[in-house]
Amino acid sequence: MAANPMTQFEVYRIGPEIKINQIDISFTNASLFMIISALSILLIFNLGSSKKNIIPTKIQLLAELSYSFISKMISDTAGNKGKPYFNLIFSLFMFVLFCNMFGMLPYSFTVTSHIIVTFFLAALIFIGVTVIGFIKHGFGYLKLFVPSGVPLVLLPLIVVIEIISYLSRPISLSVRLFANMMAGHTMMKVFGSFVISLGIVGGWLPLSFSVALTGLEILVAFLQAYVFAILTCIYLNDALNLHH
Amino acid sequence: MLKKIIFFNLLFSTFIIQISKSAESEGMPQLNPEFWISQIFWLIISFGILFIVLSKFILPKIRNNIELRKSEILDNIETAEKKKTEAENTLKNYDELIRKSKNEAKNYFNDARKKIIEDIEKKKQALDKEINIEIKKAEAEVAELVNKAPEKIQKIAIETSSDLIRQLIGEEVNNSSISAIVDDLYKKNKGKYYGN
Repeated sequence: MAANPMTQFEVYRIGPEIKINQIDISFTNASLFMIISALSILLIFNLGSSKKNIIPTKIQLLAELSYSFISKMISDTAGNKGKPYFNLIFSLFMFVLFCNMFGMLPYSFTVTSHIIVTFFLAALIFIGVTVIGFIKHGFGYLKLFVPSGVPLVLLPLIVVIEIISYLSRPISLSVRLFANMMAGHTMMKVFGSFVISLGIVGGWLPLSFSVALTGLEILVAFLQAYVFAILTCIYLNDALNLHH
Repeated sequence: MLKKIIFFNLLFSTFIIQISKSAESEGMPQLNPEFWISQIFWLIISFGILFIVLSKFILPKIRNNIELRKSEILDNIETAEKKKTEAENTLKNYDELIRKSKNEAKNYFNDARKKIIEDIEKKKQALDKEINIEIKKAEAEVAELVNKAPEKIQKIAIETSSDLIRQLIGEEVNNSSISAIVDDLYKKNKGKYYGN
């Protein structure tokens, strides 16, 4: 009788089927929640930036604190050279955070629990960072794979390892976010269905778990957005300041 | 005890049923590529709009607001410090003024006192001089009187004695002999009357 915990991740069409050259780009529930997240970010930050009070209002404070939070994160990890990429990292962090947080609402859809979405974002970052690296350092960027101070005997092995770790960046970045979101939401669904199947007698235990998990998941939602953004900063730092 | 075991059996069996049920189904909807293109398309649209609007319109405004606040606070602190130094200067000037006027008042007081004291001294000296002159005059007069007194007394004594003698004896007596007697007496008693 309990619903399959994976049905919450199902994508279904909302409205008519839209096809361009046999490619299906119909509006789905995933699209809906992406648009909702983007619009709410724009709404909140527009409200937070429209007034110019010296003593900020609450929403203005929220906007300005998020601004300085991301700004500090970038300057801590990538230094002053990371300043031009602030807008992108800010948008990324906010988008991932809001998608995660909207996923916490009951009956909602978690955009970031889909590997294709996170992988697309991660691939975007990976390609962007690689392009920036090659623009800034030319072929010298390949020195990234040759760490200094390594014995010559070990060098071929280290280079191979470095290349593999570099290429696995988009995968680790996307899978981390996707797996965290999916696992958390599945757990919540499973415990939720336990509450129903055990009823009034035994349902209290899974219910308390469910409550605790909700708190944990909100933490994870924030943390994963933060990790996503900070890893982007670190990759950017590698491209901007060639340390090896 | 039995009830407890049955309860836990029930709990575990539901758990197992749940897991087997989820395993039976098709698996993860995430791996169904049916809507992948659609998701990427809508992701590009929504994230693109978000990125463009944020970076073109909203983030510069927030940056401006923060800078504005920072500069305004710095300005305010600057003006506050200026005002503070101004106030301190005014206070210093005020203190200086008070000190000066106090000194002036003291000087005035001292001057006035000195003047008065000098005046008093002068007047006192003048008065003393006058008094001394008067005293000297008086003393001179007294001395003159004292010097003249014996002569007069002698004369009076001579006259009175001659008168007395005339009336007693009815005979004119030589004035010179009387004066000799008076002189003699006067010399004898001089120390007695004027010798103080």
